[in-house]
Order: sequence, then C-alpha cells, then structure tokens
Amino acid sequence: MSIERHEIEKLATLSRIAINENTITEVSQRLGSVLELVDQLQAVDTSGVAAMSHPLQATQRLREDEVTEINQREAFQAIAPDTEDGLFLVPKVIE
Amino acid sequence: MHNLTIAQLAKGLQSKDFSSVELTQHFLARIAELNPAYNAVITVTAEQALKAAAAADKRLAAGNAPALCGIPILHKDIFCTNGVRTSCGSKMLDNFIPPYSATVVENFEQAGAVVLGKTNMDEFAMGSSNETSFYGPVKNPWAIDCVPGGSSGGSAAAVAARLAPGATATDTGGSIRQPAALCGITGLKPTYGRVSRWGMIAFASSLDQGGPMARTAEDCALLLNCMASYDDKDSTCIDRDVPDYSADLNNSIKGLKIGVPKEYFSDGLHAGTEDAVRSALAELEAQGAELVEISLPNSALSVPAYYVIAPAEASANLSRFDGVKYGYRCEDPKDLNDLYTRTRAEGFGEEVQRRILIGTYCLSAGYYDAYYGKAQQVRQLIQQDFEKAFAQVDVIMGPTCPSPAFKFGSKGDDPVAMYLEDIYTIATNLAGLPGMSVPCGMVESKPVGLQIIGNYFDEARMLNVAHQYQQATDWHDQMPESIQQGAES
Repeated sequence: MSIERHEIEKLATLSRIAINENTITEVSQRLGSVLELVDQLQAVDTSGVAAMSHPLQATQRLREDEVTEINQREAFQAIAPDTEDGLFLVPKVIE
Repeated sequence: MHNLTIAQLAKGLQSKDFSSVELTQHFLARIAELNPAYNAVITVTAEQALKAAAAADKRLAAGNAPALCGIPILHKDIFCTNGVRTSCGSKMLDNFIPPYSATVVENFEQAGAVVLGKTNMDEFAMGSSNETSFYGPVKNPWAIDCVPGGSSGGSAAAVAARLAPGATATDTGGSIRQPAALCGITGLKPTYGRVSRWGMIAFASSLDQGGPMARTAEDCALLLNCMASYDDKDSTCIDRDVPDYSADLNNSIKGLKIGVPKEYFSDGLHAGTEDAVRSALAELEAQGAELVEISLPNSALSVPAYYVIAPAEASANLSRFDGVKYGYRCEDPKDLNDLYTRTRAEGFGEEVQRRILIGTYCLSAGYYDAYYGKAQQVRQLIQQDFEKAFAQVDVIMGPTCPSPAFKFGSKGDDPVAMYLEDIYTIATNLAGLPGMSVPCGMVESKPVGLQIIGNYFDEARMLNVAHQYQQATDWHDQMPESIQQGAES
C-alpha cells in the first residue's frame, strides 16, 4: 500500500511539517507499510463494541474554578526563543 | 558499593557504613569513567547531586530518614527537572530548561534521593532500540554492538552497568519492560493512573505510565513506594491509597495461579528465549504455583491498534512544539507558517515525524471512524480478553520480547519490523494493566526477560512473585563482562 503524493502533502500541511521534495517517495512507502499493518483492524467485527478511551473507565474530575497558579511569566519567557515587553515574538502576521 | 542493591545501600547509609556523599562520589566517578562507552547518561548533575547528598547525610544523622534518603538515582530525560535540561531525546528540546519539576521528580526529592543526572532515550519515547535519540544510541552493556532496547534504554543500560542502583523510566508500549529485558534488569510498568504523569513529557496520554527500574524486585518496590502517589495535577491519576509495596515480598506463592497465554509462545519467538521462560515457569511451579494455559485471542491485534492510537495521541500532544514559547526555533523564518513547518521539520527526527503523519492521517476527516474509532473498539476487545483471563488466574506470564538484544541497524528500513519488537508488551498498555520484566536466563550471552502481567493495582503481588523468583535464582545478579574489569565494590 502506498499513499498518493497529494495525500502526503496534505498530511504535511495539517501537521505543520515541511516535507523535503526528495524524500516524498520514501515517506510515502514507509507510511504505506505502517498503514498496511494497521489495516488488519478492518477485518475485525466490532459491531456493538463500545470504544474505550480510559482503561479504568474513569471520567474527568471537575474542580472549583479557582486560581491556583501564580504568575511566572518571567520564568516562562526566560526560556522562549524571542520575547519583547512580556510578549512572545513571531514573524509579522498582519501588515 | 555499586554492586549493592538499593535495599543494601539503604541499610549501609542508615548504619553509617558509608555516607551519601561517598556513595554519590563513587557513582559519579563510575559515570565519568564508564558512560562514554555506553552513552546511557546525557546530563550529569554532579554539583546538585553532591549538595543533595550532603543534605541527605544530615537527615540520616538526625534519624528517621525515609528509605531512599541518600540513595543515588537517575531520571529518564522525559521527566521535567527544574533548572536542569530536559530534552526528551530530541533536538526540539535540546535547549529546554524546565521552570518546574515533574511530580515524580518532586516525590524523590522529598524522599531525599540524590539525582545523579538524566538518561538517554528514544526521541519522545518513540522507539524500541534507542536508535532514534538525538544524542546517539545507547550501547547495551552486555553486547556493545547491540541495542539496549527502548525507549528507556539509557535508564536500563545505566542500571545494568552499575552507573546507578536505580532509575526512573516510562512505558507507553513496552518502553520499561523491553529495555529491562534486553539489559538484564528488573523493571515495572504500574497500572495506568498509579504514577502521576504531571511533568512527564506526553507521548500517548492514554497509554503513558512512569515506573521504576532497578536490579531486583525488592528495589523496584522501594522505588515504587516513592514514585506512586495521587496527584491532583494529573486528571487521569487514580485516587487510591498507595500500599507498602515492600510489605508482601516475602509471602509464599504456594497456590498462586499463573496464566500462560498460548498466543505468547507462537511463531516468531526465539527458541532460546522460550526455553528460558519455560524454565522460569517451572521454577515457580516448583515453589508451589500452578500453571494454567489461557488464551488471549485478540493479542495479534494489539500492535495494529497501538499504531493507530499511539500516533494519533502523539500527533495531538506534539502539536505544542511550534518554536514559539520554548525549545528549538528554525533560523530566519520568513513568515509564521515557515516558522512552524521548518521548526518541526528540523527539530523532530524521522521516526517522530512519521508518527505525527500517521496519527494525523488516522484522525483526519473521513478516516477517523475507520482508524481511531475502530482501534478504540479493538482496545475494548483486548481488555475483555484480560478480564476473562483474570477471572481464572492471579497473574499472567510469558516472554517480555521475542528475542534477545539485536544488532544496531538490523531492523532495516521498514518501521514495522521494529514495531513488532513490542508484540508481547503493548496489550497491557492498551488495557491499562501493570506489567513487569524480570531477568530469567541468558541466550547467546545476552539476557532474557520474563514478563509478569498483573490485574489492576496488583503491583504488590507481582513484586512478591518476582521477589520469590529472585530468591531462588541469580539471573538478576549477573554482571556484564564489560564492566567486570577493575570493578571493585
């Protein structure tokens, strides 16, 4: 099984990963080999079986809507690639 | 000193045979001398360790210090450590210095354990050989040309090479048990929700679970006593008392029912591995346990179900690495999209990118029901197999992995060949059950692991069985030849 070039390009866009033109064939083959493996699932009869998301059927806990964190902006921004006046900087988005 | 177990070291510290500072210096010296050959430790925190050791010595002198006070350990580089680089084996986080510590790390800190450093691992815990680490592969101390297993290969190799008496690790599809087996040590993946995941960098959140690695089951019990805790900050953590995992170690296993799944002894299992595992089962039978043949009919589906669920969750978890707030950022991005896409293409390695793409595919419009929905249903079937089995037996046993440690590069270019390495371990993650690996023999001068799978929250019983096995055998005491030269204790 192999994946079409346009599908790889779409996945790369959705994943925000730049794909090198030279490696598309290789990526397609390897993804195809993994999809061949997972396609074994299609043969299983799962009618009436509930999907399982938490092994212990636990549900998410709720908590009071209270502020529990302190402001640590300086500590968090100290490890950021680029900041200014307490803001995270990225290339200009709007002209 | 490095040949003593944690239990023995703790006694030595309490009775002042040596100090924590001496112990810490000893292990730091071993890391400096031996680690270049193994590449198991990627960050050494000597200064902090000696400071913590001095503090531990004070607590020990004052009396009433906890069991792990002054014991040197290593953390897998997936656990955030405040002020110490936490890379997760990735270029993406090569410069990441967390401003906080994981709950597991804090638990050990409060217990007075001494952190020697951080261990190497497959990038973002995705791998079974440690070959995907940005920092280069870890070498197996038993055979330098072979892999240590993965993803917790650094922790496993470090414990096997006596660079530390114990280490933390994580297991999403076998990442504690498989490297423990390949490196001849003892490792335990607890029940999902037993150990807090807070501050543990997420791979597949419904499968990830932290656990201990050490040379013996007795030591794993001591480490788990400290690691396991209820944590409000992890919403999937289970609010349940943590028992004393050391309390039942000496119980007799007479009458214990051991389920032996026929599917775990099928084609693809190395004959030598099978012999070693069967001998271990015979030993337990001689101790009074009863072997019961069982069936886990959906086992063969665990690998395909896992390779939908794990990449799907990974693709969501890893979307946070975008080069904006922390971690790697590409040079000279020309616009925001270029910043994202080049940062991720340059920051993630090949296997991580592959899993993100697979996960994105399985979650994308038109494919969700056929892949993710279907895999979650199959997961239910796999869990039901275990439920039926545990109605008849107390524990389940079989091999941890199909064969002993393999050579670097031997799995070739096909990712699926590597994925099948975890064929016996993945099902327990999907079901959320605890599993462990215990050394049970040698094949081609390389260790073999016996896997013990327990019912939910039955870690104490698994440790009891493993301890009883280790009382009667000495596989866990074997030492790789490469570290025997000049090894004085």
